Amino acid sequence: MSEALVRVENVSFAHNGRTIFDNISLNIEQGKITAIMGPSGTGKTTLLRLLTGQLKPSSGHVYFGEKCINTLSQKELYKIRRKMGMLFQNGALFTHLTVYENVAFPLREHTKLSESMIRDVVLLKLEAVGLRGARDLYPNELSGGMARRVALARAIALDPMLILYDEPFTGQDPILMGVLVKLIKELNDILQLTSIIVSHDVPETASIADYIYVLAGGHVVGAGKPQNLVADDNPHVQQFMHGLADGVVPFHYPARDFMADLLSSGEK
Amino acid sequence: MITFVQHVGRLGLSICTEVGRAGLFLSKSIWRKPRSSQKLHLLAHTLFNSGVLSLPIIIVSGVFIGMVVGLQGFNILNKFSVTSELGQMVALSVVRELGPVVTALLFAGRAGSALTAEIGLMKATEQLDAMEMMGVDPLGRIMLPRLLGGFISVPLLTIIFCAVAIWGGDLIGVKWLGVDGGAFWSNMQNSVDFRLDVVNGLIKSAVFGVVITWMAVYQGAAAVPTAEGISHATTRTVVYSSLLVLGLDFILTAMMMGGW
Repeated sequence: MSEALVRVENVSFAHNGRTIFDNISLNIEQGKITAIMGPSGTGKTTLLRLLTGQLKPSSGHVYFGEKCINTLSQKELYKIRRKMGMLFQNGALFTHLTVYENVAFPLREHTKLSESMIRDVVLLKLEAVGLRGARDLYPNELSGGMARRVALARAIALDPMLILYDEPFTGQDPILMGVLVKLIKELNDILQLTSIIVSHDVPETASIADYIYVLAGGHVVGAGKPQNLVADDNPHVQQFMHGLADGVVPFHYPARDFMADLLSSGEK
Repeated sequence: MITFVQHVGRLGLSICTEVGRAGLFLSKSIWRKPRSSQKLHLLAHTLFNSGVLSLPIIIVSGVFIGMVVGLQGFNILNKFSVTSELGQMVALSVVRELGPVVTALLFAGRAGSALTAEIGLMKATEQLDAMEMMGVDPLGRIMLPRLLGGFISVPLLTIIFCAVAIWGGDLIGVKWLGVDGGAFWSNMQNSVDFRLDVVNGLIKSAVFGVVITWMAVYQGAAAVPTAEGISHATTRTVVYSSLLVLGLDFILTAMMMGGW
Protein backbone atom coordinates (compact mmCIF):
# COMPACT_ATOMS: atom_id res chain seq x y z
CA MET A 1 0.00 0.00 0.00
CA SER A 2 1.56 3.30 -1.09
CA GLU A 3 1.38 6.47 0.94
CA ALA A 4 -1.75 8.64 0.86
CA LEU A 5 -1.23 12.02 -0.82
CA VAL A 6 -4.68 13.29 0.11
CA ARG A 7 -6.57 12.31 3.24
CA VAL A 8 -10.14 13.22 4.01
CA GLU A 9 -10.76 12.64 7.70
CA ASN A 10 -14.26 12.63 9.17
CA VAL A 11 -15.45 15.43 6.93
CA SER A 12 -18.98 16.74 7.17
CA PHE A 13 -20.31 19.48 4.94
CA ALA A 14 -23.67 21.20 4.81
CA HIS A 15 -24.90 23.83 2.38
CA ASN A 16 -28.06 25.90 2.89
CA GLY A 17 -29.07 23.60 5.74
CA ARG A 18 -28.76 20.47 3.58
CA THR A 19 -26.20 17.89 4.65
CA ILE A 20 -24.03 16.95 1.65
CA PHE A 21 -21.46 14.83 3.51
CA ASP A 22 -21.86 13.21 6.85
CA ASN A 23 -18.57 12.20 8.45
CA ILE A 24 -16.85 10.75 5.40
CA SER A 25 -13.24 9.58 5.29
CA LEU A 26 -11.15 8.52 2.32
CA ASN A 27 -7.54 8.29 1.22
CA ILE A 28 -6.08 9.11 -2.20
CA GLU A 29 -2.93 7.09 -2.72
CA GLN A 30 0.12 8.61 -4.32
CA GLY A 31 0.76 7.63 -7.93
CA LYS A 32 -2.64 6.00 -8.35
CA ILE A 33 -5.82 6.90 -10.19
CA THR A 34 -8.64 7.12 -7.69
CA ALA A 35 -12.19 7.54 -8.90
CA ILE A 36 -14.98 9.14 -6.91
CA MET A 37 -18.27 7.96 -8.30
CA GLY A 38 -21.89 8.17 -7.45
CA PRO A 39 -25.24 9.25 -8.81
CA SER A 40 -25.78 12.87 -9.90
CA GLY A 41 -26.32 15.24 -7.00
CA THR A 42 -24.36 13.24 -4.44
CA GLY A 43 -21.78 16.03 -4.09
CA LYS A 44 -18.88 14.63 -6.11
CA THR A 45 -17.87 18.05 -7.42
CA THR A 46 -18.40 19.48 -3.92
CA LEU A 47 -15.91 16.90 -2.66
CA LEU A 48 -13.38 18.09 -5.26
CA ARG A 49 -13.90 21.65 -4.07
CA LEU A 50 -13.30 20.52 -0.48
CA LEU A 51 -10.08 18.79 -1.57
CA THR A 52 -8.82 21.97 -3.24
CA GLY A 53 -9.84 24.27 -0.40
CA GLN A 54 -12.43 26.16 -2.45
CA LEU A 55 -14.93 25.05 0.18
CA LYS A 56 -14.32 24.48 3.89
CA PRO A 57 -15.83 21.48 5.69
CA SER A 58 -18.26 22.05 8.55
CA SER A 59 -16.18 19.58 10.54
CA GLY A 60 -13.26 17.26 9.92
CA HIS A 61 -10.03 17.82 8.00
CA VAL A 62 -8.64 17.50 4.51
CA TYR A 63 -4.89 16.88 4.27
CA PHE A 64 -2.68 17.34 1.23
CA GLY A 65 0.55 15.64 2.24
CA GLU A 66 1.13 16.94 5.74
CA LYS A 67 -0.75 20.22 5.25
CA CYS A 68 -4.30 20.59 6.49
CA ILE A 69 -6.03 22.31 3.56
CA ASN A 70 -8.96 23.71 5.50
CA THR A 71 -6.83 25.61 8.01
CA LEU A 72 -4.44 27.21 5.53
CA SER A 73 -4.43 30.95 4.89
CA GLN A 74 -5.45 32.19 1.44
CA LYS A 75 -1.81 32.81 0.55
CA GLU A 76 -0.70 29.31 1.60
CA LEU A 77 -3.66 27.81 -0.20
CA TYR A 78 -2.72 29.54 -3.47
CA LYS A 79 0.83 28.27 -2.99
CA ILE A 80 -0.25 24.68 -2.46
CA ARG A 81 -2.64 24.81 -5.42
CA ARG A 82 0.36 25.20 -7.70
CA LYS A 83 1.00 21.54 -6.93
CA MET A 84 -2.52 20.66 -8.07
CA GLY A 85 -4.03 20.76 -11.52
CA MET A 86 -7.73 20.65 -12.15
CA LEU A 87 -9.62 19.81 -15.30
CA PHE A 88 -13.01 21.51 -15.17
CA GLN A 89 -16.07 19.95 -16.72
CA ASN A 90 -16.23 22.46 -19.59
CA GLY A 91 -12.51 23.15 -19.74
CA ALA A 92 -12.77 26.69 -18.27
CA LEU A 93 -10.30 28.02 -20.82
CA PHE A 94 -9.70 31.77 -20.87
CA THR A 95 -11.74 32.85 -23.85
CA HIS A 96 -9.65 35.94 -24.65
CA LEU A 97 -6.43 33.91 -24.95
CA THR A 98 -5.28 31.51 -27.66
CA VAL A 99 -4.62 27.84 -26.93
CA TYR A 100 -0.90 28.64 -26.66
CA GLU A 101 -1.48 31.53 -24.24
CA ASN A 102 -3.89 29.46 -22.16
CA VAL A 103 -1.25 26.80 -21.57
CA ALA A 104 1.43 29.45 -21.03
CA PHE A 105 -0.75 31.29 -18.47
CA PRO A 106 0.28 29.36 -15.31
CA LEU A 107 3.92 29.40 -16.44
CA ARG A 108 3.89 33.17 -16.88
CA GLU A 109 2.15 33.64 -13.53
CA HIS A 110 4.33 31.39 -11.40
CA THR A 111 7.72 31.09 -13.06
CA LYS A 112 10.39 33.39 -14.37
CA LEU A 113 11.14 31.23 -17.39
CA SER A 114 12.38 32.92 -20.53
CA GLU A 115 10.01 33.22 -23.47
CA SER A 116 11.86 30.51 -25.41
CA MET A 117 11.66 28.15 -22.44
CA ILE A 118 7.93 28.85 -22.03
CA ARG A 119 7.49 28.09 -25.73
CA ASP A 120 9.25 24.74 -25.35
CA VAL A 121 7.18 23.74 -22.31
CA VAL A 122 3.90 24.81 -23.94
CA LEU A 123 4.67 22.88 -27.13
CA LEU A 124 5.64 19.80 -25.09
CA LYS A 125 2.38 19.90 -23.15
CA LEU A 126 0.31 20.49 -26.29
CA GLU A 127 2.14 17.65 -28.03
CA ALA A 128 1.23 15.37 -25.11
CA VAL A 129 -2.48 16.04 -25.71
CA GLY A 130 -2.11 15.99 -29.51
CA LEU A 131 -2.99 19.63 -30.10
CA ARG A 132 0.33 21.27 -30.95
CA GLY A 133 -1.13 22.17 -34.34
CA ALA A 134 -4.06 24.01 -32.74
CA ARG A 135 -1.93 26.43 -30.73
CA ASP A 136 -3.09 29.56 -32.53
CA LEU A 137 -6.79 28.83 -32.22
CA TYR A 138 -9.09 30.55 -29.73
CA PRO A 139 -11.30 28.48 -27.38
CA ASN A 140 -14.44 29.32 -29.39
CA GLU A 141 -12.82 27.62 -32.40
CA LEU A 142 -12.32 24.32 -30.53
CA SER A 143 -14.70 21.39 -30.17
CA GLY A 144 -15.70 20.34 -26.64
CA GLY A 145 -13.21 17.47 -26.64
CA MET A 146 -10.36 19.65 -27.92
CA ALA A 147 -11.15 22.28 -25.26
CA ARG A 148 -10.86 19.62 -22.57
CA ARG A 149 -7.53 18.42 -23.95
CA VAL A 150 -6.20 21.99 -23.98
CA ALA A 151 -7.44 22.41 -20.42
CA LEU A 152 -5.60 19.19 -19.57
CA ALA A 153 -2.39 20.55 -21.13
CA ARG A 154 -2.84 23.72 -19.04
CA ALA A 155 -3.51 21.69 -15.89
CA ILE A 156 -0.20 19.82 -16.30
CA ALA A 157 1.78 22.90 -17.36
CA LEU A 158 3.37 23.32 -13.93
CA ASP A 159 3.97 19.56 -13.51
CA PRO A 160 1.59 19.16 -10.55
CA MET A 161 1.67 16.32 -8.06
CA LEU A 162 -2.06 15.88 -8.10
CA ILE A 163 -4.55 16.31 -10.90
CA LEU A 164 -8.30 16.41 -10.40
CA TYR A 165 -10.72 15.64 -13.20
CA ASP A 166 -14.29 16.89 -12.87
CA GLU A 167 -16.55 14.73 -15.05
CA PRO A 168 -13.97 14.41 -17.85
CA PHE A 169 -16.07 12.07 -20.03
CA THR A 170 -19.42 13.86 -19.91
CA GLY A 171 -20.85 14.70 -23.33
CA GLN A 172 -18.00 13.18 -25.35
CA ASP A 173 -18.38 10.96 -28.38
CA PRO A 174 -16.94 7.42 -28.07
CA ILE A 175 -13.72 8.30 -29.93
CA LEU A 176 -12.98 11.33 -27.76
CA MET A 177 -13.92 9.37 -24.67
CA GLY A 178 -11.35 6.77 -25.66
CA VAL A 179 -8.78 9.52 -26.27
CA LEU A 180 -9.41 11.05 -22.86
CA VAL A 181 -9.29 7.69 -21.08
CA LYS A 182 -5.96 6.93 -22.74
CA LEU A 183 -4.60 10.40 -22.00
CA ILE A 184 -5.52 10.30 -18.33
CA LYS A 185 -3.94 6.88 -17.89
CA GLU A 186 -0.78 7.74 -19.83
CA LEU A 187 -0.26 11.11 -18.16
CA ASN A 188 -0.69 9.53 -14.75
CA ASP A 189 1.87 6.82 -15.49
CA ILE A 190 4.42 8.84 -17.46
CA LEU A 191 4.39 11.98 -15.30
CA GLN A 192 3.96 9.93 -12.10
CA LEU A 193 0.98 11.99 -11.07
CA THR A 194 -1.74 11.18 -8.60
CA SER A 195 -5.14 11.47 -10.24
CA ILE A 196 -8.62 11.88 -8.87
CA ILE A 197 -11.47 11.37 -11.31
CA VAL A 198 -14.94 12.46 -10.39
CA SER A 199 -17.33 10.78 -12.79
CA HIS A 200 -20.49 8.78 -13.23
CA ASP A 201 -19.34 7.08 -16.42
CA VAL A 202 -18.81 3.64 -14.94
CA PRO A 203 -17.11 1.59 -17.73
CA GLU A 204 -14.63 4.31 -18.76
CA THR A 205 -13.68 5.22 -15.22
CA ALA A 206 -13.49 1.62 -14.02
CA SER A 207 -11.18 0.78 -16.93
CA ILE A 208 -8.40 3.06 -15.68
CA ALA A 209 -9.06 3.55 -11.97
CA ASP A 210 -6.91 1.77 -9.43
CA TYR A 211 -9.39 2.38 -6.66
CA ILE A 212 -13.00 3.60 -6.58
CA TYR A 213 -15.05 5.27 -3.88
CA VAL A 214 -18.82 5.25 -4.40
CA LEU A 215 -20.71 8.04 -2.70
CA ALA A 216 -24.43 8.12 -2.00
CA GLY A 217 -26.59 9.99 0.49
CA GLY A 218 -23.63 11.83 2.00
CA HIS A 219 -21.72 8.64 2.84
CA VAL A 220 -19.08 6.46 1.25
CA VAL A 221 -21.20 3.40 0.46
CA GLY A 222 -18.55 1.41 -1.34
CA ALA A 223 -14.80 1.40 -1.80
CA GLY A 224 -12.43 -0.94 -3.50
CA LYS A 225 -10.78 -2.01 -6.70
CA PRO A 226 -13.10 -1.82 -9.75
CA GLN A 227 -13.41 -5.60 -10.12
CA ASN A 228 -14.32 -5.96 -6.43
CA LEU A 229 -16.95 -3.22 -6.58
CA VAL A 230 -18.78 -4.87 -9.48
CA ALA A 231 -19.36 -7.86 -7.20
CA ASP A 232 -20.10 -5.74 -4.07
CA ASP A 233 -23.45 -6.64 -2.53
CA ASN A 234 -24.25 -3.16 -1.18
CA PRO A 235 -27.52 -2.17 -2.92
CA HIS A 236 -26.30 1.41 -3.63
CA VAL A 237 -23.11 0.11 -5.22
CA GLN A 238 -25.02 -2.57 -7.15
CA GLN A 239 -27.54 -0.06 -8.51
CA PHE A 240 -24.84 2.40 -9.54
CA MET A 241 -22.29 -0.01 -10.99
CA HIS A 242 -24.94 -1.83 -13.02
CA GLY A 243 -26.95 1.26 -14.01
CA LEU A 244 -30.32 0.07 -12.62
CA ALA A 245 -33.14 2.61 -13.13
CA ASP A 246 -34.82 1.98 -9.77
CA GLY A 247 -33.52 0.74 -6.49
CA VAL A 248 -32.31 2.31 -3.27
CA VAL A 249 -31.84 5.52 -5.23
CA PRO A 250 -35.50 6.04 -6.18
CA PHE A 251 -36.59 6.98 -9.68
CA HIS A 252 -39.01 9.60 -8.29
CA TYR A 253 -38.03 12.81 -6.54
CA PRO A 254 -39.77 12.82 -3.12
CA ALA A 255 -43.40 13.93 -3.58
CA ARG A 256 -46.78 13.41 -1.98
CA ASP A 257 -49.12 10.66 -3.07
CA PHE A 258 -49.72 10.78 -6.85
CA MET A 259 -53.53 10.28 -6.61
CA ALA A 260 -53.89 12.97 -3.94
CA ASP A 261 -51.82 15.30 -6.12
CA LEU A 262 -54.03 14.70 -9.17
CA LEU A 263 -57.27 15.19 -7.21
CA SER A 264 -56.21 18.42 -5.52
CA SER A 265 -57.56 21.38 -7.45
CA GLY A 266 -56.62 25.05 -7.34
CA GLU A 267 -53.02 24.28 -6.47
CA LYS A 268 -50.00 24.30 -8.70
CA MET B 1 -49.05 46.11 9.46
CA ILE B 2 -46.60 43.68 11.07
CA THR B 3 -46.03 42.08 7.66
CA PHE B 4 -45.27 45.50 6.16
CA VAL B 5 -42.77 46.26 8.92
CA GLN B 6 -41.19 42.83 8.43
CA HIS B 7 -40.96 43.47 4.70
CA VAL B 8 -39.33 46.87 5.19
CA GLY B 9 -36.96 45.43 7.78
CA ARG B 10 -35.97 42.57 5.50
CA LEU B 11 -35.39 44.98 2.62
CA GLY B 12 -33.28 47.23 4.84
CA LEU B 13 -31.21 44.29 6.06
CA SER B 14 -30.66 42.98 2.53
CA ILE B 15 -29.53 46.43 1.35
CA CYS B 16 -27.12 46.70 4.31
CA THR B 17 -25.78 43.19 3.61
CA GLU B 18 -25.26 43.97 -0.07
CA VAL B 19 -23.52 47.30 0.67
CA GLY B 20 -21.32 45.53 3.23
CA ARG B 21 -20.38 42.80 0.75
CA ALA B 22 -19.61 45.36 -1.95
CA GLY B 23 -17.48 47.33 0.53
CA LEU B 24 -15.52 44.25 1.58
CA PHE B 25 -15.07 43.30 -2.07
CA LEU B 26 -13.63 46.74 -2.90
CA SER B 27 -11.34 46.83 0.12
CA LYS B 28 -10.05 43.30 -0.56
CA SER B 29 -9.50 44.05 -4.25
CA ILE B 30 -7.61 47.29 -3.93
CA TRP B 31 -5.09 45.82 -1.49
CA ARG B 32 -4.20 42.97 -3.84
CA LYS B 33 -0.92 43.16 -5.64
CA PRO B 34 -0.54 41.68 -9.12
CA ARG B 35 2.99 40.68 -10.10
CA SER B 36 4.97 43.86 -10.71
CA SER B 37 5.92 42.81 -14.23
CA GLN B 38 2.25 42.52 -15.11
CA LYS B 39 0.94 45.66 -13.44
CA LEU B 40 1.43 48.01 -16.36
CA HIS B 41 0.44 45.49 -18.99
CA LEU B 42 -2.84 44.62 -17.25
CA LEU B 43 -3.62 48.25 -16.49
CA ALA B 44 -2.89 49.31 -20.08
CA HIS B 45 -5.18 46.56 -21.34
CA THR B 46 -8.11 47.65 -19.16
CA LEU B 47 -7.45 51.34 -19.85
CA PHE B 48 -7.74 50.51 -23.53
CA ASN B 49 -10.95 48.49 -23.08
CA SER B 50 -12.68 50.89 -20.69
CA GLY B 51 -11.19 54.21 -21.79
CA VAL B 52 -10.00 54.18 -25.38
CA LEU B 53 -12.93 52.15 -26.66
CA SER B 54 -15.33 54.60 -24.95
CA LEU B 55 -13.77 57.55 -26.78
CA PRO B 56 -16.01 57.50 -29.89
CA ILE B 57 -19.26 57.71 -27.90
CA ILE B 58 -17.77 60.34 -25.54
CA ILE B 59 -16.48 62.53 -28.38
CA VAL B 60 -19.63 62.33 -30.49
CA SER B 61 -21.86 63.00 -27.46
CA GLY B 62 -19.60 65.82 -26.32
CA VAL B 63 -19.74 67.61 -29.67
CA PHE B 64 -23.52 67.33 -29.90
CA ILE B 65 -24.11 68.41 -26.31
CA GLY B 66 -21.80 71.40 -26.80
CA MET B 67 -23.67 72.29 -29.98
CA VAL B 68 -27.08 72.02 -28.29
CA VAL B 69 -25.98 74.11 -25.29
CA GLY B 70 -24.52 76.67 -27.73
CA LEU B 71 -27.74 76.84 -29.69
CA GLN B 72 -30.05 77.00 -26.67
CA GLY B 73 -27.74 79.46 -24.90
CA PHE B 74 -27.57 81.73 -27.94
CA ASN B 75 -31.37 81.92 -28.19
CA ILE B 76 -31.73 82.82 -24.51
CA LEU B 77 -28.82 85.26 -24.38
CA ASN B 78 -29.94 86.89 -27.63
CA LYS B 79 -33.15 88.05 -25.88
CA PHE B 80 -31.00 90.07 -23.50
CA SER B 81 -28.47 91.04 -26.20
CA VAL B 82 -25.61 89.43 -24.31
CA THR B 83 -24.59 86.73 -26.79
CA SER B 84 -20.97 87.61 -26.06
CA GLU B 85 -21.46 85.69 -22.77
CA LEU B 86 -22.13 82.48 -24.71
CA GLY B 87 -18.61 81.13 -24.12
CA GLN B 88 -19.04 81.53 -20.37
CA MET B 89 -22.42 79.81 -20.42
CA VAL B 90 -21.23 76.85 -22.48
CA ALA B 91 -18.03 76.39 -20.49
CA LEU B 92 -19.64 76.61 -17.04
CA SER B 93 -22.53 74.28 -17.94
CA VAL B 94 -20.16 71.73 -19.41
CA VAL B 95 -17.31 71.88 -16.91
CA ARG B 96 -19.46 72.02 -13.77
CA GLU B 97 -22.31 69.67 -14.62
CA LEU B 98 -22.78 68.21 -18.07
CA GLY B 99 -19.21 66.99 -18.54
CA PRO B 100 -18.89 64.90 -15.36
CA VAL B 101 -22.50 63.67 -15.31
CA VAL B 102 -22.99 62.82 -18.99
CA THR B 103 -19.55 61.21 -19.25
CA ALA B 104 -20.34 59.11 -16.17
CA LEU B 105 -23.73 58.03 -17.53
CA LEU B 106 -22.24 57.14 -20.90
CA PHE B 107 -19.36 55.29 -19.22
CA ALA B 108 -21.84 53.30 -17.12
CA GLY B 109 -23.75 52.29 -20.23
CA ARG B 110 -20.77 51.57 -22.44
CA ALA B 111 -17.93 50.32 -20.21
CA GLY B 112 -19.74 49.49 -16.94
CA SER B 113 -22.13 47.06 -18.57
CA ALA B 114 -19.25 45.48 -20.52
CA LEU B 115 -17.23 45.01 -17.31
CA THR B 116 -20.16 43.33 -15.55
CA ALA B 117 -20.93 41.05 -18.48
CA GLU B 118 -17.28 40.09 -18.95
CA ILE B 119 -16.68 39.22 -15.29
CA GLY B 120 -20.08 37.52 -14.96
CA LEU B 121 -19.37 35.35 -17.97
CA MET B 122 -15.92 34.48 -16.65
CA LYS B 123 -17.62 33.37 -13.46
CA ALA B 124 -20.30 31.36 -15.29
CA THR B 125 -17.72 29.55 -17.42
CA GLU B 126 -15.59 28.74 -14.34
CA GLN B 127 -12.68 30.85 -15.61
CA LEU B 128 -12.38 32.56 -12.21
CA ASP B 129 -12.42 29.16 -10.46
CA ALA B 130 -9.78 27.90 -12.88
CA MET B 131 -7.62 30.89 -12.04
CA GLU B 132 -8.01 30.24 -8.31
CA MET B 133 -7.11 26.60 -8.89
CA MET B 134 -3.89 27.68 -10.59
CA GLY B 135 -3.01 29.67 -7.49
CA VAL B 136 -3.72 33.00 -9.19
CA ASP B 137 -5.87 35.41 -7.22
CA PRO B 138 -8.72 36.71 -9.44
CA LEU B 139 -9.04 39.79 -7.22
CA GLY B 140 -5.51 40.87 -8.13
CA ARG B 141 -5.45 39.55 -11.69
CA ILE B 142 -8.95 40.45 -12.91
CA MET B 143 -10.72 42.83 -10.51
CA LEU B 144 -7.95 45.23 -9.46
CA PRO B 145 -6.79 46.25 -12.97
CA ARG B 146 -10.40 46.78 -14.04
CA LEU B 147 -11.14 48.90 -10.99
CA LEU B 148 -8.02 51.03 -11.51
CA GLY B 149 -8.73 51.28 -15.25
CA GLY B 150 -12.18 52.71 -14.52
CA PHE B 151 -10.92 55.05 -11.78
CA ILE B 152 -8.38 56.55 -14.19
CA SER B 153 -10.51 56.50 -17.36
CA VAL B 154 -13.53 58.49 -16.19
CA PRO B 155 -11.72 61.75 -15.24
CA LEU B 156 -9.68 61.58 -18.46
CA LEU B 157 -12.81 60.97 -20.54
CA THR B 158 -14.49 63.88 -18.74
CA ILE B 159 -11.65 66.22 -19.72
CA ILE B 160 -11.96 65.11 -23.34
CA PHE B 161 -15.77 65.43 -23.22
CA CYS B 162 -15.53 69.00 -21.87
CA ALA B 163 -12.95 70.00 -24.48
CA VAL B 164 -14.97 68.75 -27.45
CA ALA B 165 -18.23 70.11 -25.99
CA ILE B 166 -16.73 73.59 -25.73
CA TRP B 167 -15.46 73.18 -29.27
CA GLY B 168 -19.02 72.20 -30.28
CA GLY B 169 -20.34 75.36 -28.59
CA ASP B 170 -17.75 77.41 -30.48
CA LEU B 171 -18.74 75.72 -33.73
CA ILE B 172 -22.37 76.76 -33.32
CA GLY B 173 -21.93 80.11 -31.55
CA VAL B 174 -18.92 81.58 -33.32
CA LYS B 175 -18.73 79.78 -36.67
CA TRP B 176 -22.45 79.45 -37.40
CA LEU B 177 -24.39 82.10 -35.43
CA GLY B 178 -21.72 84.79 -35.71
CA VAL B 179 -20.87 85.48 -32.04
CA ASP B 180 -17.56 87.30 -31.80
CA GLY B 181 -14.78 84.75 -31.30
CA GLY B 182 -12.68 87.06 -29.10
CA ALA B 183 -15.62 87.75 -26.77
CA PHE B 184 -16.57 84.06 -26.69
CA TRP B 185 -13.14 82.89 -25.56
CA SER B 186 -12.12 85.86 -23.38
CA ASN B 187 -15.40 85.81 -21.42
CA MET B 188 -14.95 82.11 -20.92
CA GLN B 189 -11.41 82.62 -19.68
CA ASN B 190 -12.49 85.36 -17.28
CA SER B 191 -15.41 83.51 -15.77
CA VAL B 192 -14.17 79.93 -15.43
CA ASP B 193 -12.24 79.48 -12.19
CA PHE B 194 -9.72 76.67 -12.21
CA ARG B 195 -10.22 75.64 -8.58
CA LEU B 196 -13.98 76.19 -8.26
CA ASP B 197 -15.07 74.95 -11.66
CA VAL B 198 -12.45 72.75 -13.31
CA VAL B 199 -11.10 71.01 -10.20
CA ASN B 200 -14.56 70.56 -8.70
CA GLY B 201 -15.77 69.04 -11.97
CA LEU B 202 -12.84 66.65 -11.95
CA ILE B 203 -13.47 65.72 -8.31
CA LYS B 204 -17.04 64.84 -9.28
CA SER B 205 -15.87 62.75 -12.22
CA ALA B 206 -13.32 60.93 -10.04
CA VAL B 207 -16.06 60.06 -7.52
CA PHE B 208 -18.36 58.91 -10.33
CA GLY B 209 -15.55 56.81 -11.81
CA VAL B 210 -15.00 55.01 -8.52
CA VAL B 211 -18.71 54.41 -7.95
CA ILE B 212 -19.48 53.14 -11.47
CA THR B 213 -16.46 50.87 -11.75
CA TRP B 214 -16.95 49.50 -8.24
CA MET B 215 -20.59 48.80 -9.00
CA ALA B 216 -19.79 47.20 -12.39
CA VAL B 217 -17.01 44.95 -11.15
CA TYR B 218 -18.89 43.93 -8.00
CA GLN B 219 -22.08 43.14 -9.89
CA GLY B 220 -20.08 40.96 -12.29
CA ALA B 221 -18.36 39.10 -9.46
CA ALA B 222 -21.61 38.65 -7.53
CA ALA B 223 -23.72 37.69 -10.57
CA VAL B 224 -25.68 34.45 -10.48
CA PRO B 225 -23.68 32.38 -13.00
CA THR B 226 -26.50 31.86 -15.51
CA ALA B 227 -27.54 33.73 -18.67
CA GLU B 228 -30.42 35.33 -16.78
CA GLY B 229 -28.21 36.16 -13.80
CA ILE B 230 -25.67 37.97 -15.97
CA SER B 231 -28.42 39.84 -17.78
CA HIS B 232 -29.85 41.03 -14.45
CA ALA B 233 -26.41 41.98 -13.15
CA THR B 234 -25.71 44.05 -16.27
CA THR B 235 -29.04 45.84 -15.93
CA ARG B 236 -28.39 46.48 -12.24
CA THR B 237 -25.00 47.99 -13.04
CA VAL B 238 -26.45 50.53 -15.45
CA VAL B 239 -29.51 51.38 -13.34
CA TYR B 240 -27.79 51.58 -9.95
CA SER B 241 -24.74 53.43 -11.18
CA SER B 242 -26.84 55.95 -13.13
CA LEU B 243 -28.98 56.62 -10.07
CA LEU B 244 -25.92 56.87 -7.84
CA VAL B 245 -24.27 59.31 -10.27
CA LEU B 246 -27.32 61.58 -10.29
CA GLY B 247 -27.78 61.37 -6.52
CA LEU B 248 -24.11 61.94 -5.77
CA ASP B 249 -24.02 64.81 -8.26
CA PHE B 250 -26.62 66.66 -6.21
CA ILE B 251 -24.80 65.95 -2.93
CA LEU B 252 -21.41 66.96 -4.32
CA THR B 253 -22.82 70.10 -5.96
CA ALA B 254 -24.51 71.10 -2.69
CA MET B 255 -21.24 70.55 -0.81
CA MET B 256 -19.23 72.52 -3.37
CA MET B 257 -21.74 75.38 -3.50
CA GLY B 258 -21.76 75.45 0.28
CA GLY B 259 -18.07 76.34 0.24
CA TRP B 260 -16.71 72.88 0.99
